[in-house]
Amino acid sequence: MSEIWAGIAEAFRLIWSLDEDLIDITIRSLKVSLTALFIACTLALPFGTWLAIRRFRYRRFAIAALNALMGLPPVVVGLIVYLLLSRSGPFGVMGLLFTPTAMIMAQVIIITPLIASITHQAMRELWSEYHDLLISFNTTKQQRISALIWDGRRTLMTAALAGFGRAIGEVGAIMIVGGNIDQVTRVLTTAIALETGKGDFALALGLGFILIALSLVVNLTIHTLSRTEREGRW
Amino acid sequence: MIRLMAILLTLVGAAAQGETLRLAATTSFNNSGLSDVLLPAIAQDLGLEVQLLVVGTGQAIRLGQAGDVDAILVHSKAVEEAFVAAGYGAHRREIMYNDFIIIGPSADPAGVASAQTAIDAFQRIAVDQSMFISRGDDSGTHKKELSLWTAAQQNLAKFTTWYKAVGAGMGASLNSASAMDGYIMADRASWLNFGNKGTLKLLFAGDPMLFNQYAYLPVSPDRHVHVNAEAAWALENWLVSPRAKQIINGYKIGGEALFVFNARP
Amino acid sequence: MRQYMSVCLQDVVVERRGKTVLGPMTLELSDAGFTMVLGPNGAGKTTLLKVLHGVERVSSGSVSWSVPSQTAREGQAYVFQSPIMLRRSVRANLAYPLQLLGLDKADISERVTKWAARIGLSAALDFPAPRLSGGEQQKLALARALIRRPNTLFLDEPCANLDGRSVREIEEILREAVQAGTQIIMTTHDLGQARRLADRVVFVNKGQIEEQAPATAFFNAASSLGASAFLNGDIVE
Repeated sequence: MSEIWAGIAEAFRLIWSLDEDLIDITIRSLKVSLTALFIACTLALPFGTWLAIRRFRYRRFAIAALNALMGLPPVVVGLIVYLLLSRSGPFGVMGLLFTPTAMIMAQVIIITPLIASITHQAMRELWSEYHDLLISFNTTKQQRISALIWDGRRTLMTAALAGFGRAIGEVGAIMIVGGNIDQVTRVLTTAIALETGKGDFALALGLGFILIALSLVVNLTIHTLSRTEREGRW
Repeated sequence: MIRLMAILLTLVGAAAQGETLRLAATTSFNNSGLSDVLLPAIAQDLGLEVQLLVVGTGQAIRLGQAGDVDAILVHSKAVEEAFVAAGYGAHRREIMYNDFIIIGPSADPAGVASAQTAIDAFQRIAVDQSMFISRGDDSGTHKKELSLWTAAQQNLAKFTTWYKAVGAGMGASLNSASAMDGYIMADRASWLNFGNKGTLKLLFAGDPMLFNQYAYLPVSPDRHVHVNAEAAWALENWLVSPRAKQIINGYKIGGEALFVFNARP
Repeated sequence: MRQYMSVCLQDVVVERRGKTVLGPMTLELSDAGFTMVLGPNGAGKTTLLKVLHGVERVSSGSVSWSVPSQTAREGQAYVFQSPIMLRRSVRANLAYPLQLLGLDKADISERVTKWAARIGLSAALDFPAPRLSGGEQQKLALARALIRRPNTLFLDEPCANLDGRSVREIEEILREAVQAGTQIIMTTHDLGQARRLADRVVFVNKGQIEEQAPATAFFNAASSLGASAFLNGDIVE
């Protein structure tokens, strides 16, 4: 228990003193995870919606595959991305390994299926509600997707937040493809892993509490911006 | 004189560029805290930003083979020589050594503290079947530990549940030993820098068998054309220079020196 | 601006799960005014409407309009028995079909204000539509259908589950629409409503058209057995 208090104390000390390293890795954590979130959403939201309204032969299989991809162990994704980006690998010439870009790539792969799956489930429900109406209006596929995404935006936001949570807390994949290099690819989670490994639990916990606080702040900001609570209904 | 000129030229050359070098080094090197002292000095003297990847020896070798790093710093002679022999490494340059120590619960059920040699200590642990934590990750430390069991004429296959291979880095393994109150062989540097000692104590040290040689291996540019061979060469010269000797020998934790510089210029 | 579109079903059959739900049916609807589709439950009235509107696939036969298909589609509107509200404000619901047509903002705004007043929801323009009462939602659905000035309007039992006042208001709007030139094809269970509104009646029973006649002829002297029983209030099987 004393170690947890020590951790909280350490967290305050770091924030209060505006520790340079802390600011550096916090900004990098946000940059990596938010960029990954943005890219993943541009891929997953339309795809999940499209999957909800399009009927084709292997649809059930595609949905099952999508749900299965959600369970991809992140560290396995990291390993595969490493092998692809390694100098001895197919994309080695791009020199992306051990850069934040590689970390973003790995995180996009990890969170896109999650966001797409939640989107699909929400959109399927909304589509069954809007189906007759939108067909009666003679809408194009594009118009239907737009209407669903706009009207379902709150659920989509939940999907995005789920993706963000997964990304910001991820450590296995980005450790492998990022290398946890000080000043270059070190983020909150990998720093926590490093300090834990050194036995410096207070510092690790301190960073951990900051990570939790960060996640809360992002969540609250998004909710406030979308005025969800003010309107009183989801 | 010529050597000095060569060093100066490389220093100037590297300083003018302000470039980066990727170096894979073992967890024990980083956990000791020495890298936190060396890297800024390197940046200052050479204008070289060393991007340090802290991984286990096995992964460091793998990264070197793949050409994902420009040089590696590890401590496992047999593996290093194989690395060079296979053409992945340009050559092997010894830099410094530290030593391994045997740590265990302060109660010391196996009586390691009164052992005469390292082999003796290991035999006592095996006989007493006291809990022992092994790195189990193919690292330099792990290989050293295995070689000691062999020297103590023990058969790993016969070890039962008292022997725990955790498959983790030095710090994580020390955490496990602390939590389980078991014996563990660690490098002195990591131990001194370790923050979670619990009831563990240093029980045995000093046997030359426990000396741990670190070597620097630049990745061969013949094998991987893109590696920053110039910077790797500049770094190598720096690591064997009097300046590095001063820093390495002078690095202490709690008044204790950890590393001994033994590079031959 | 207003042209009559007529629709023609030719030997249409609709099968569902191996059972013939509708047809074989041949029907032409080309006159202005109210065409009432009457019949007992399960007769296939809703299916018929959906086939005419093009949202139900036919197993065989053809549905054709007197105008090119694009014009035909744009000139129709449909009001469902249970109003489907977009999860948006009243204003946004009314504006949606006009946005689909690509009208400019001023035009949309004008029409939205007019129709909101027509259905008595001017004060509720920014209210979320799903939270309106049943009657208000159905009126909104109707306004949303008529705001596009369709040539043909389909309504599937629009006044089921509504209170008397809402029924009256809706019938008034429908009459105005017919006067403006809209052709209305609707189903209803309310015989009183049928008598009030119908210009002609199509009586459907067991997936077939049993009788088709001008309103007065149908209500005073229905010829088929099913129709007579239906008008009597007997159970038609």
